[in-house]
Amino acid sequence: MNRPSHHPGDTLLIDYAGGALCEGASLAVATHMAFCPACRHAVTEMEAIGGALLDDLEPEPLSDGCLEALMARLDHERPAPCRPAVKPSPEKSRYPEPLRSYLRGRLDGEGQIGEGGWRFLQPGMRCMDLLSGPNGTTRLIRMKGGVGVPQHTHGGIELTVVLEGGFSDEFGAFLPGDLAIGDPSLVHRPVSDPEGCLCLATTIGGLKLTGPLGRWFNRFVKF
Amino acid sequence: MFPLNGTMQDQHTPAADTAPSLETLLVAVGRERDKQAFGVLFGHFAPRLKTYLRRLGCDSGAAEELVQEVMLLVWRRAETYDPRHASAGTWVFTIARNKRIDVLRREQRPEIDPDDPALVPEPDESADRRIEAKESSGRLRAALKDLPPEQAELLRMAYFEDKPHSVISAEHGIPLGTVKSRLRLAMERLRRSLKDVG
Repeated sequence: MNRPSHHPGDTLLIDYAGGALCEGASLAVATHMAFCPACRHAVTEMEAIGGALLDDLEPEPLSDGCLEALMARLDHERPAPCRPAVKPSPEKSRYPEPLRSYLRGRLDGEGQIGEGGWRFLQPGMRCMDLLSGPNGTTRLIRMKGGVGVPQHTHGGIELTVVLEGGFSDEFGAFLPGDLAIGDPSLVHRPVSDPEGCLCLATTIGGLKLTGPLGRWFNRFVKF
Repeated sequence: MFPLNGTMQDQHTPAADTAPSLETLLVAVGRERDKQAFGVLFGHFAPRLKTYLRRLGCDSGAAEELVQEVMLLVWRRAETYDPRHASAGTWVFTIARNKRIDVLRREQRPEIDPDDPALVPEPDESADRRIEAKESSGRLRAALKDLPPEQAELLRMAYFEDKPHSVISAEHGIPLGTVKSRLRLAMERLRRSLKDVG
């Protein structure tokens, strides 16, 4: 498989490695990492930086008795198994972890995402919410071939990872594993490839659509 | 003082070392459930973890409770620690990060599964660029001390304030482009230190 050509970039990877990204954005970055050995390596380096920063922190003494209290708890721990528990064989799936865990119960016998649970967004475009919370919504978006999304910009930061197929916009072609970053400075009009497109999309902050068709479309993607 | 006995001197510990490294201690906890080694690790990491959690907004009592939870995970998972992959500090940092996301934000931490057959594999040559964890951690700390203050300051915010860089930019009134370029410059310098040999 080809390796991705659109990456989150150092600053977003630092947000992920340090733990500052919300769950939905972390899911998008980690899903990209499953496709991208280079970004996995970068996050390993950034975690090493986290370790070095932790080591350099000014120690703050703990109250007396903390260690003793913890040692007493260790006595009640069951002896650890000789080796880590055998992981259950992964659910048949073409999708890598951590995404696979978020798709639990939505896959059919073939490991494909089932037909139920999709919502209409516009002709040729459906979505399925995976997570929603105060930080935004994380969803799968499925587009038929050659479908265009009305021109829009972004009220916050939108991360889109291609899972199958692809799309193109003014900034290039996005294929499986590629991560697209939309922010308020970006106005674009993505169109899906002829074979269609399955994406994981997460929005941090609201998505704003521009143009009359965009305003109509906005009613459907608002949350 | 932790006694140096024969079993502790494995290939990761040069015989000339006067005290066992944190990595050696962590391996001893994993292999032998060595409580004395765990006590030394607690003495090193617990006060730093307390500072980490205080910076993230915990009061003193909550921070101490969470430190104990993190150290309990260190005890339980020490068996899975591999000193070839990460320094002890790095490994403890990732456990503390994931635990505080769980407890303070009540969110899951999505992570890849390194054993997942669905992972796109590394190209062969990248085996050579694996970070020699223990050897490089000293160089990394030295490089951190040498960072220009404005870069070091932003890096600490990024790791210790639970705010993505876009929010740091907005809250501190630093233009987003400046935040990004400082973080990238810092990464460039720190990466060089990880690659330097000797």
